[in-house]
Amino acid sequence: MSLINRVVNPKFLRSALPAASFVILLTAIFYLQPRAMSYFGLNLMLQYAVPIALATIAQMFILTVNDLDLSIGPFVGLTASIGATLLADDPALGVLALVACIAAYGALGALVHWRNLPSIVVTLGMSFVWLGIAVLILPTPGGTAPAWIKALMGLKTPWVPFPIIAAAVIAVVVHIVLMRSSYGATLRGAGGNPRAIERAGWSLLKIKIVMYSAAGFFGVLAGLSLIGLTSAADAHIADRYTLYSIAGVILGGGEFVGGRVSPAGAVIGALTLTLTGSFLIFLKISPDWQIGAQGAILIIVLALRALIKRREA
Amino acid sequence: MSEKGEHIVALTGAAKAYGAVRALAGVDIAVAPGECLGLVGHNGAGKSTLMNILAGTISSDSGAMEIHGAAVAGRYSVAAANQNGIRCVFQELSLCPNLTVAENAQIVHPSLKGIGWRKRAEALIVGKLDEIFPGHGVGGDDAVGDLSIGKRQMVEIARAFTVTDRPLHLVILDEPTSSLDAVTAGQLLRHIREAVAGGLSCILISHVLGEILDYADRIVVMKDGKVVAEKPATGFNRSSLVAAMGNVVQEARIEARLKAEKKRGETPVVVSAIPQKQPDGRALVAHKGEIIGLAGLASHGQTATLLEIYRAASKRQVRTQVDGPVALVAGDRQSDGIFHIWSIARNVGIRSLRSMVRYGLIDPSAERRMADEWRDRIKIKTPDMDDNILSLSGGNQQKALFARALGSDAAIVLMDDPMRGVDVGTKLEVYDLIRAEAERGRTFLWYTTEMDELNNCDHTYVFRSGRIVADLSRDELTEEKVLQSSFEETA
Repeated sequence: MSLINRVVNPKFLRSALPAASFVILLTAIFYLQPRAMSYFGLNLMLQYAVPIALATIAQMFILTVNDLDLSIGPFVGLTASIGATLLADDPALGVLALVACIAAYGALGALVHWRNLPSIVVTLGMSFVWLGIAVLILPTPGGTAPAWIKALMGLKTPWVPFPIIAAAVIAVVVHIVLMRSSYGATLRGAGGNPRAIERAGWSLLKIKIVMYSAAGFFGVLAGLSLIGLTSAADAHIADRYTLYSIAGVILGGGEFVGGRVSPAGAVIGALTLTLTGSFLIFLKISPDWQIGAQGAILIIVLALRALIKRREA
Repeated sequence: MSEKGEHIVALTGAAKAYGAVRALAGVDIAVAPGECLGLVGHNGAGKSTLMNILAGTISSDSGAMEIHGAAVAGRYSVAAANQNGIRCVFQELSLCPNLTVAENAQIVHPSLKGIGWRKRAEALIVGKLDEIFPGHGVGGDDAVGDLSIGKRQMVEIARAFTVTDRPLHLVILDEPTSSLDAVTAGQLLRHIREAVAGGLSCILISHVLGEILDYADRIVVMKDGKVVAEKPATGFNRSSLVAAMGNVVQEARIEARLKAEKKRGETPVVVSAIPQKQPDGRALVAHKGEIIGLAGLASHGQTATLLEIYRAASKRQVRTQVDGPVALVAGDRQSDGIFHIWSIARNVGIRSLRSMVRYGLIDPSAERRMADEWRDRIKIKTPDMDDNILSLSGGNQQKALFARALGSDAAIVLMDDPMRGVDVGTKLEVYDLIRAEAERGRTFLWYTTEMDELNNCDHTYVFRSGRIVADLSRDELTEEKVLQSSFEETA
């Protein structure tokens, strides 16, 4: 097969689309604002990509088993609040609280499977619970992030800015676990054909618990990395993350059903979403229009994907 | 065939009921080592239920099970079936489309793990594919979703024959050749014989009688949840097998048959439909006032043809012409028929809303009138037509759906196996109503899986694999003929 054939092959196009949209956006930013093309510029533009990427990975675990998590934003807000209060004051208690958060997520997975409930409804309800607990813990914005988290998030790595390295590490680790390991194949299979997985003797209940717990774990990481950047917390700090995380997974080539996900794509999707903010600022679009413009970019990318898919069929 | 204790697996008195429907009514079946057991029967005979019990995916209500001569203690499950070397190839495929061929092999072989599992899984599945289907053209890292249906079936079959840490004793194949072409089907059947010669046991379920007759050692025939015949394959031929599946005793024909037969073609043609998969120009033709039966095994294109006719009523189609308004009586009433939260009256009136509109709104008195009229005509047993539709029994819900179609302006009524799970009394009432309506000039297209209902029809088309393979006038109609055409092999 010639190189041209391979490049216009719809399958290749589809897997290249997330990276291509990221590169195009980055190029546009460098064109508008050449000074952004620096260590400092990239660091500034991408620093919030780390918590968003972690939240996106959390969402991806849920989407893998054909569910949807509408509570990840408030959950990240809760873990951020715990991180800036309990974890800073009494590390043992803080760790315990965060572990309890992860366990609660696992229990939600069990509940969704056991009672055959729609995950959207359960997580929508839980989003208010998380927010409520966060407000109880931290009624007004404040608290302090533990110093070690701040030190980690403020790391000055040589040559390549820290957010890029962190994003790459997240993508590689999750890729190995979910895409390359043998149990990862089973986990994804539960999204592709749950009955087949059950007929082969696996427990779907266990798979749901594993996936939801993994989502909880990455939600905790997102909350902690976020306060590492902001150094203080607020119960509402991550409300937007719910939609960011869903958009990130979809931008990255994932699908709502069928267990078709891509960790690397999801991380790139999160980076792309983070960059759109800077891009719109450089375009001098007023902040009022930014969310709408982000939506427009999302629609364009998804429309392209639909076009490619049609050719595939 | 062999003594007790020598069986791979033996079931005695296995019974299973889904609500009021008895899927299995006490079945004894045993498979000896190195034996290929052929299992045949009409739709709903209980074959799939039986194999699901053996595979551990459903548990029987009663009955005992022995594996390798030892009684199964406790709950029998999929894991236990795997442990004992029993594998199943299900009719609807059990592959994950989002995973690769190798990853799908891993799903059934949890022992494939650790460094290099992917390579080993690939070698295992591709090696088996090479063995069974030489020249298959499937790669270990192809995504299953990208493969054609035939190749998927090949992967699924090959996967069932792969062995890792536990020995394999019995492979159950449910319609394994349904998506395979003649060449690959032949490869598979030859492989089954080789495997059986090597000591493996197989249960082969197929609607292609030739496969069963040529490749099985012993044939078990099921009907209505029971084993009705069991003999070495050499003891059967095609016609004795067909006879064993059907009602050999001719049932008393409904008196309607004795009526003077109408001459076909005296009334104008109102429906003419060529099924999508029909290679020649053979068409289903319905004249005004006729009751046309659509027969054959379940889901062999009858519903698709009815839906095509339904579409043709509102939008011109090339292969299908319809002259007159159409109404459909759904078979799966829970999902396609009733509106769960509406009253009976609403459910009856929905198809005729256009005639009940006054000043742009629904006229409640017109709705009321229609509901009451049909309560009396079709005898829906309810104190109040404003009660919720779910307050009715299944049979009465179905009557409400008939009222919806018959009360409308439709000249052509399509019926998609509407009598599923309906009691005999209701059936007879509805048969009378249908015949009376046909007398008045309505046309009925009636897909049914029940032989007796075809006796109500003026003309019957038998479907197989999405094609019309036979049309039988009322005089030619016999159960044997319908079965014969349903199972006939394409040469």
